Amino acid sequence: MTTSQNRTEKTFLSQFAASFAMFRNPKSLTGLIILGVFVVVAIFSDFLAPYGPLDKDFSALRQAPSLTHLMGTTHMGEDIFSQILYGTRGVLVVGFLAGIMGTVIAVIMGVVAGYTRGWRSESLSAITNVFLVVPGLPLIIIIASQFEDPPLVLIAAVLAATGWAWGARVLRAQTMSLRNRDFIQAARANGEPLHRIILVEMLPNLMAIIASSFIGTVTAAVLGLTTLAFIGVIPITNLNWGTILFWAQQNGAFPNFWWWYVPAGLCIAILGVALSLINFGIDEYVNPRLRSAGERARALKKKGLNANDVMTAVRTPASTPASTATNNKDNNDS
Amino acid sequence: MRIPFRFIAGRTAFYLFTAWAAITINFFLPRMMAGDPVTAYMQRNAGQISVEAERSLRILFGLDQNTSVWQQYIAYWQLLFNGDLGRSFSNGLAPVGDVIASALPWTLGLVGVATIISFVLGTATGAIIGWRRGSRADVIIPISTFFSTVPYFWLGLIAIAVFSSILGWFPASHAFGKGASPEFTLDFIGQVIAHGALPAITIVVASLGGWILGMRNMMLTVLDEDYIVVAQAKGLPNRRVLWKYAARNAMLPQLSSFALSIGFIVGGTIVMEMVFSYPGVGKLLLDATNAKDYPLMQGLFLIITLAVLCANILADMAYAILDPRTRQTEA
Repeated sequence: MTTSQNRTEKTFLSQFAASFAMFRNPKSLTGLIILGVFVVVAIFSDFLAPYGPLDKDFSALRQAPSLTHLMGTTHMGEDIFSQILYGTRGVLVVGFLAGIMGTVIAVIMGVVAGYTRGWRSESLSAITNVFLVVPGLPLIIIIASQFEDPPLVLIAAVLAATGWAWGARVLRAQTMSLRNRDFIQAARANGEPLHRIILVEMLPNLMAIIASSFIGTVTAAVLGLTTLAFIGVIPITNLNWGTILFWAQQNGAFPNFWWWYVPAGLCIAILGVALSLINFGIDEYVNPRLRSAGERARALKKKGLNANDVMTAVRTPASTPASTATNNKDNNDS
Repeated sequence: MRIPFRFIAGRTAFYLFTAWAAITINFFLPRMMAGDPVTAYMQRNAGQISVEAERSLRILFGLDQNTSVWQQYIAYWQLLFNGDLGRSFSNGLAPVGDVIASALPWTLGLVGVATIISFVLGTATGAIIGWRRGSRADVIIPISTFFSTVPYFWLGLIAIAVFSSILGWFPASHAFGKGASPEFTLDFIGQVIAHGALPAITIVVASLGGWILGMRNMMLTVLDEDYIVVAQAKGLPNRRVLWKYAARNAMLPQLSSFALSIGFIVGGTIVMEMVFSYPGVGKLLLDATNAKDYPLMQGLFLIITLAVLCANILADMAYAILDPRTRQTEA
């Protein structure tokens, strides 16, 4: 947001930049940078990987990390570093596909359920709640096991179908609160058509929540995909980090061949942390107290005060503890 | 206290609807599949089963092609009300109900205890971190987030590798020692605890992060409320303000997210059981998937969903007890 003293022209670019405001904080940026590295790796894995993911070198079986094989080799002499690089693509493609599909469902269900009233709202919300309660993973396992060779799109669709409900619930709550705000009432009084009210008036105000629901769905999809691959429900031809762990488990890598199973798990965790960081940032943007509470308490501490003290000594210029007892709330303002 | 009829009726309607939806999904699952279970079973036992036996199997599984889907649906409900879930292919045609009943207590015990420990511990930690906002305790959040983004199964495998294989502190798999049979002796109970400790600790470590973060965020919001200021101005001790005023209110969203995340937790622990070869429902489901044992898969999905629903009802009741507003305003 621009301050009144520093007024800038409202251009398309500045408007566009403003709609990404929820990412403009250190936490989100860190997460986005880590995510960006993974995306680059996924796109250029063909160039980055020193070997093909399934190239077998029978003279180097189960080797510990070395300069020729940065993360060692498998029982078939395959280079694990290359497998990780290629696996990134499998994870990200399914993760993002599921995220996009899940978010689209969540936005449609959530916004419609929030904007309408009566039985429409109630029935959509009931469906959302059913999907929230029904345990997703067992359902995915059962459905995925029906297919001999499930295509990536299908896996992503199943992950999206079980992962959209949380976002829809949050969006519904936010839309319900927006519905009664003045600017929406004004738009309705002006006779703006429904699609315009939803697309132009409401969606920009829901962007942060939509972004956070997208990131949440991607996180869940990445965990779900790697879990399915590890169980062996997804065919091993679809290379991702979970498949590496599947092979490692099947071929007795635990506990001795640590280079086989540690990197893949760490990659999942780092990607997960990156996605959570983005969401932490969005949370703080939506609810500024999350950030300011800590900052205020730290500022008080620097002055030698404790945010939780009921009776705080008011510091006088001479810095002698005064006997006047005030509540810490007042000190916060001073 | 007045009995909040409308609140109870609303929730009951929701649970009945969800149960109906789950049972219906369950009914259609085997019917959507390419190739019915009996054909798959026949293929694996080629030549060993006569045509008449196949016909009787079909009728037994409710896959008789001479009846309409609607008739099958009615028959399915009738069977369910009689507690008949069909027969399991991979367990010598034993009733599915019996197979599940032998696995369910293990899962309920392990997942139940671990989840409750995780919820209580996480919520209490989150409350304290929120109370001491801006202090060094904040570092717990990134650490616990890291553990909650790590896949359960990987954490379990690492835990086995480190604590069982290398250090030898815990047994690596199964719910009790080889050769032991379930009985109420101190020795057996000790074995169960020893075998359950590592999986339980792993579940707690992996799921703690979400509770800590959720509670801490709610605490930060609640601590800004005026009633906290009033409580402190009245001179109530900090401990009382923290637990009875701030934490009690911050806990309400925790409880509703607890109810909703149970399904997710159950999903994660299924894989956990596979890693630890724990003889619970999750391992049974994976075995059934590998053996293409559809009646067992179907029965398991139903039982898991109903268990999640029961846990939701408990969480709802806790919510209503903690928050009188749900009882009053909706009535």
